[in-house]
Amino acid sequence: MSILLSHISKNFGDFSALHNIDLEIPEGELVALLGPSGCGKTTLLRIIAGLEQADSGHIFLNGEDKTAHHVSERGIGFVFQHYALFRHMTVFDNVAFGLRVKKKEHRPNEAIIAKKVHALLELVQLDWLHDRFPDQLSGGQRQRIALARALAVEPSVLLLDEPFGALDASVRKDLRQWLRNLHNELNVTSIFVTHDQEEAMEVASQVVVLNKGHIQQQGSPADIYDYPANVFVSKFIGQTNEFHLHRHTSDWLKQTGLHIPQESDSIAHVRPHDIEIINALDGNSPIILKDWQHLGALIRVELTKKLHESEPKTLYAEMPNEQFKRLNLTRGDRVELKIRQAHWFNSL
Amino acid sequence: MSQSRIMPAFRPTISFTLFYLSLVVLIPLSTLVFKSFELHWNDYVDIITNKRVLAAFRVSFTTSLGAAAVASFFGFIVAWVLVRYSFAGKRFFHALIDLPFALPTAVAGIVLATIFQPSGYLGQFLKQHFELQIGFKPLGIVVALIFISIPFVVRTVEPVLQEFDSRMEEAASSLGATRLQVFTKIIFPNIFPALLTGFALSFARGVGEYGSVIFISGNIPYVSEILPLLIVTKLEQYDIAGATAIGLTMLIISFVLLFFINVLQHWVRKRSGQI
Amino acid sequence: MSSISTNVHQSTLDDPKWLRWSLIAIALGFIILFLCVPLLLVIIQAFSKGVAAYFSALNQHDMLAAMRLTLLTALITVPLNTIFGVAAAWAITRFDFRGKDFLITLIDLPFSVSPVISGLIFVLMFGAQGWLGHWLMANDIKIIFAVPGIVLATLFITFPFVARQLIPFMQEMGSEEEEAALSLGASGWKMFFFITLPNIKWALLYGVLLCNARAMGEFGAVSVVSGHIRGLTNTLPLHVEVSYNEYDSVSAFAGASILAGLAIMTLILKTLLEWKQQSSRQSH
Repeated sequence: MSILLSHISKNFGDFSALHNIDLEIPEGELVALLGPSGCGKTTLLRIIAGLEQADSGHIFLNGEDKTAHHVSERGIGFVFQHYALFRHMTVFDNVAFGLRVKKKEHRPNEAIIAKKVHALLELVQLDWLHDRFPDQLSGGQRQRIALARALAVEPSVLLLDEPFGALDASVRKDLRQWLRNLHNELNVTSIFVTHDQEEAMEVASQVVVLNKGHIQQQGSPADIYDYPANVFVSKFIGQTNEFHLHRHTSDWLKQTGLHIPQESDSIAHVRPHDIEIINALDGNSPIILKDWQHLGALIRVELTKKLHESEPKTLYAEMPNEQFKRLNLTRGDRVELKIRQAHWFNSL
Repeated sequence: MSQSRIMPAFRPTISFTLFYLSLVVLIPLSTLVFKSFELHWNDYVDIITNKRVLAAFRVSFTTSLGAAAVASFFGFIVAWVLVRYSFAGKRFFHALIDLPFALPTAVAGIVLATIFQPSGYLGQFLKQHFELQIGFKPLGIVVALIFISIPFVVRTVEPVLQEFDSRMEEAASSLGATRLQVFTKIIFPNIFPALLTGFALSFARGVGEYGSVIFISGNIPYVSEILPLLIVTKLEQYDIAGATAIGLTMLIISFVLLFFINVLQHWVRKRSGQI
Repeated sequence: MSSISTNVHQSTLDDPKWLRWSLIAIALGFIILFLCVPLLLVIIQAFSKGVAAYFSALNQHDMLAAMRLTLLTALITVPLNTIFGVAAAWAITRFDFRGKDFLITLIDLPFSVSPVISGLIFVLMFGAQGWLGHWLMANDIKIIFAVPGIVLATLFITFPFVARQLIPFMQEMGSEEEEAALSLGASGWKMFFFITLPNIKWALLYGVLLCNARAMGEFGAVSVVSGHIRGLTNTLPLHVEVSYNEYDSVSAFAGASILAGLAIMTLILKTLLEWKQQSSRQSH
């Protein structure tokens, strides 16, 4: 089911949490709402769910205006950040809840409910826990039960608030992949909120980047990474080296082989893996190798650039282990750089 | 975060709350204030500055202060022992602390009177060996008020002592402080606001206490007559004006104390980092 | 009941043994003198003239009437204040509105008012010289020196108990589970009965327990409005007072033993409920 938001605004007192948000999400996508804490992403998710009311604007689910509908009548499934499992109910009763509270004329009988609940528990691979209480489960198990509970009412839209936020790093990795596979299987339009760009890139088919109540960019993970719309997105989505253009830097950048466009753009962002290091033989280069760290398969190289009277600047480059070994460098060596590409932004 | 439009039943619950609050508490309390408008200022001053009334004020305040002080001292030790040490029967003693909350004040009153009156179990002993009379004296009132005050002090100090970060003690010890210095410079300053709150709560309760006091105090005018009893006496003599004047004064005092206690509790929460 | 779980201290923080034991001795001595001895004495005094005298004292007409009145008062006031407590806690913890802190202060007011004043205000309202006194007399309605006055004074005294217990509990509980229930399509009532009520039940029972103990045991306020008419307007605590003042020690302490038994029951249940509450909160 498609989701359409038009002109959504929300204030908390003087604080503007969301500012005139327009967003369209096609059917079947798995969308990440990505942004730093306080950017309004959770508020937006709660507004879509109907847990929060927007000050203005409309919400359409599958073309139908649901703005005035109460959360219990929107047909959404919501997975809460801390799961909000009903502590006094077993896993089975938790998942069955949404079916049991249906109005009498729509309520399936207990046999059908049982069948459905067990099917869902099997889907999340936890049927063997059906008579446990939430306290007896691990974080990852609770997460999957919360998901099964939300799916029981066959929601047209699945909304997840920081679904991996409260989990250990190792469990998180597994669940990400699992969620992606589950989505492929069910194909329910889903939105999840996260502040972790890596998580958004890995799981989502579409990423919406938010900051300070504004949508910064919407697109596929590849689009967002390769064509960041502005400085904020570029910095938020991955590590980057920033160069403000003036005479010295632009001369120097030209020497690294970078093509500098003639437009008004005056900030260059260079990803660490777009910097190539060459051993400087003449010893006149302004770049000094300061230190390096191992990041698994990659090496991160810390470089200091000192040009004329300007402040020393630290740059980061990344390259495979093997390549770094072949360069045979030690701390304090002078090196030359090749910059393959940069993203250009207005300084405004 | 505002959930006002999602959660159901704001209107009915808030309406009922305000209606019931007005009916049971606010309207009855306001009659005392409005009734006192029928008094002239001079009448009011006459009633309040009457010698017997002043004596009752003195008795009520001094006994409440004394009892609150004693209860704070012992209450602190009790809280300390209950939080920090382990010993047999701890759970039992811990549960018993709330007895003065649960035991009707009239029962406490007649039991304490039976123990401490001059012919009573302990009263007789103290009189014979120490020339000390407790019953029918202000000291008897203090004893009754100590009984009432125990849970106020213990239950206020206990959670703060419980939450106290013992790493601060370890840090102080590692910097060379003696155990006594750790107590006076680290622990006590952190517990003090709570102890003061317990003291104030005890004092406020003591000034208004009636049931547990009247049996042991003997109610001798100018000596052991407390304010609440004076109100009852005035009412029995159909002196509505007198009862109203004293009642209003007590009400004002308890509001001032309530305000003071609220400020204290705010301070406690701020100190313990809850705000 | 959190202090039951003793802190594990490192040896550097342990107090010396002599200090520990003297402090424990002082604390226990104090508790025993002020709390245990009085409790025991109630029993000793009640049975001082033998078991038969005790039971015949309990069987007196006035005593039974006093017990009935005490029960009746509790049966009226506790449910009313419980409904109020739930409604107030719901409005206060689940919604934002201006003046909330002030409202909480107002709810706490009866705690800071002397019991005698709590009685006095109803005399000023409904007594012979009170505001509605003439009208009530003309219509032959008796409130002061009658059961309605006792109920009203008790209602006032026990007003904050349930609300005061529930407000911090529901605040801490948060509303995520309730939101989850709504998002799964539950109606307001279903959410309340299936989610809210099961979650707050121990805290609610705790408040009801304290409310009931006070309703049955209140003395000062009730004493002012009751008129002490034997067999008619004496609650159990008042009957204890009257008997004591008439030097009927066995009667007084027999009545007191019932009230003390009630207090002990309250303490035991309270302790159990604290454990329940704690274990259900810890697992959250």
